Amino acid sequence: MSRLLRWLIPLSAVPVLALLAYGFRTDPRDVPSPLVGRPAAAFALTTFAGEPVSLDGLRGKVVVLNFWASWCYPACYEEAPVLERGWQQWRERGVVVLGVDIQDTEDKARKFMDQFRITFPNAPDTTGRVSIDYGVYGVPETFFIDRRGYIRSKHVGAVTEAVFRAAVERLLAEPSEPRAGG
Amino acid sequence: MTPELGQGALIVAFALALWGGAAAAVGARAGRPALVESAQHAALGVFVLLTLAFALLVYAFLTFDFSVRYVASNTNLGTPYYYRITAVWGALEGSIILWGWMLALYTLILVLRQRERARELYPWALAVMLGVMAFFLAVMTVAAPPFARLTPVPADGRGLNPLLEDTGMITHPVALYLGFTGFTVPFAFAVAALATGRLGDAWISLTRRWTITAWYFLSLGLLIGGWWSYHVLGWGGYWAWDPVENAAFMPWLTGTAFLHSVMIQERRRMLKLWNVALVILTFGLTLFGTFLTRSGVIGSVHAFSQGAVGVFFLAFLGTVLLLSLGLLAWRWDALRAQGELDSVVSRESAFLLNNVMLVAATFTVFFGTVFPLLSEAVRGVKVSVGAPFFNQVNVPLFLGLVFLMGVGPLIAWRRASVDNLRRNFLWPVAVGAVSAAVFFALGVRSTLAVLSLAVAVFVAATIAVDLGRAVRARRRVGERALPALAGLLTRHNRRYGGFVVHLGILVIAVGVTGSQAWSVQTETTLKVGEAAQLAGYRVRFDGLGTVEESNHFKVVGNFTVQNGRTRPAVMQPSKKFYPQEQTPIAGVDYWLGLTEDLYLVLGDFTRDGGQATIKIQVNRLVSWIWIGGFVLTLGAALAVMPERRKAA
Repeated sequence: MSRLLRWLIPLSAVPVLALLAYGFRTDPRDVPSPLVGRPAAAFALTTFAGEPVSLDGLRGKVVVLNFWASWCYPACYEEAPVLERGWQQWRERGVVVLGVDIQDTEDKARKFMDQFRITFPNAPDTTGRVSIDYGVYGVPETFFIDRRGYIRSKHVGAVTEAVFRAAVERLLAEPSEPRAGG
Repeated sequence: MTPELGQGALIVAFALALWGGAAAAVGARAGRPALVESAQHAALGVFVLLTLAFALLVYAFLTFDFSVRYVASNTNLGTPYYYRITAVWGALEGSIILWGWMLALYTLILVLRQRERARELYPWALAVMLGVMAFFLAVMTVAAPPFARLTPVPADGRGLNPLLEDTGMITHPVALYLGFTGFTVPFAFAVAALATGRLGDAWISLTRRWTITAWYFLSLGLLIGGWWSYHVLGWGGYWAWDPVENAAFMPWLTGTAFLHSVMIQERRRMLKLWNVALVILTFGLTLFGTFLTRSGVIGSVHAFSQGAVGVFFLAFLGTVLLLSLGLLAWRWDALRAQGELDSVVSRESAFLLNNVMLVAATFTVFFGTVFPLLSEAVRGVKVSVGAPFFNQVNVPLFLGLVFLMGVGPLIAWRRASVDNLRRNFLWPVAVGAVSAAVFFALGVRSTLAVLSLAVAVFVAATIAVDLGRAVRARRRVGERALPALAGLLTRHNRRYGGFVVHLGILVIAVGVTGSQAWSVQTETTLKVGEAAQLAGYRVRFDGLGTVEESNHFKVVGNFTVQNGRTRPAVMQPSKKFYPQEQTPIAGVDYWLGLTEDLYLVLGDFTRDGGQATIKIQVNRLVSWIWIGGFVLTLGAALAVMPERRKAA
């Protein structure tokens, strides 16, 4: 083999490394949810505070529906303050953050909410019905529902400030009633 | 305080490894023994500090120190103490520290054993070992710190992944990592050979036993992984071509190729280049495997965390490949073969063919594993590559490899004469052919099964022919048969250790063949009192029970099982509900037997317990796989024993 050609041996590793590096840009868990773009499934739950809450009752508001559990460490612990701040900041503009606690015990869930001083409504999904209807695969998962009651996006893993802001602002910018034909 | 101490130990160890690596390299280049000596002290220091850090992490687990993020993520108050210890390596940070500790241990053994023996190669090898060590310590201190604190401190932790609460998971990672890290030693010596230009077989003889040890642990890790998959996951199989399984299998394939190809270099001074390349490839694949499992780049049932670790590993993999392959290109002229292949019908060519097939299998597995990534990069489509692809390409290759296992050890070097072929292979071929007819007559109709069983018989016969001849030769000089056999095994332990390993592989091959060809299963829903039949077993559903365990709730199905004349017995497959898991975990119940296993998995059930779905499997010859693993263990132990031939 000539003097130059032999250097092709180390260079042959480069395309493989490039392909693997490309892998960082993809997310194998990012499987698109078939629910996005469809009407959100109706539900009626009772919050930890004892008040009834249903999706129908929230029509006309942008709903941030967050599935969580007290044992979901660390992602739920990371996003709890973000959700609380989001609720404080956007509630005046017609955004509701609603937490659904799944597969949990009540005392642990209450402790979790106390720990983060959560003030937005939270309800236990005692039968697991709601999480099944929304195809929840793991916690946390968050659904952004527009004013017409359609699921517009879904976020898997801890919600960050940026994700929250982008999703909510996009839905708030839309007119609340569909235009004719829309 | 404990976590800070642990973190501090890791940081100091990192500095020591960096210093030691540099000192050994400079000492080797400039011929300054004082520097090399300093590097040795550094290696000892790294080992002591990592032992301390590991012990501190175990302590944090035992005392439920949830202020440590890693402890809180992988244990909770309900985790029994023995699983609290093994939970230490149940996830990323802890498994990296275990890996690092093993590497430090290997480095220390290298210092103790080789420092007097290989004066030229040793300092470079030490430099490489400490360099790799420094990388792992960088991961531990920067990308995945095991002692990172957590605020606020949770009252209870998340708990260990329930699938890892099993003895198989205690030993599987340990064996696997001993295998992975073990290949660092031959790699280090290969780089030392390239750096010094001493490309003879010195580096190969020095690392022979290291390589066999690493190869053995890797084999053991794979087998225990299969056993875990079989009796914990509840799908009735032991191998699924999952990316993470493939990641551990690829270095095994290239490592196996290396074990064989070195013999040609020792004997014929051929394949120098090939051997260096194989070791680099094997070491690279162990890093690739870690990258794959830790980066989250390719989806897998083995869910691991994502994060900066992937970037670290990719950068290191790139550095290792470019540097070592660069060295190889630089030494190209010196590496070119001196010997030549005399004949296609020779042991050299049998070994070459073995190597080509092993590397082809590696390439297939690699291609299938990264194909989803390739497809997304090129076409933007998410696809997954399933078992059929891997099986279609690999089964013929493996069949060919098993066949070569019979040919390689007996065929003559250089050029096999017709007489040599007749003397060694006439009987085995005849026995193999007759066995094929017998299997067919016994009702085996699958061509693949007949073929692989007959090949296995052929190989076993070659081993018998060789052993028989050697024992007869010793009896002629007056030894009795059994002492003669024992003498052969211990005096020519390298050759006969290899034979025993081959026997183990044969037994495994028979197990794989049988389980693929003859296993049967059924899935049915039974009311209380109803029974299902499968392959002579009668399985009656007697109702459900519940058990509250320390960290989960268990629903147990009671089944009475009867097989022909045997007395009825109770089997209790279960479903375990862990609060932190979305889906229940299957608790398989099984009977293991030499010819078949009965394997029960509880499916759905009604709330009142009046009805349950049960999956019944009768898995054939699976136990042979585990028995083969045991035989392989004996063979590997025999092969790594010091050679006593010269002393005798």
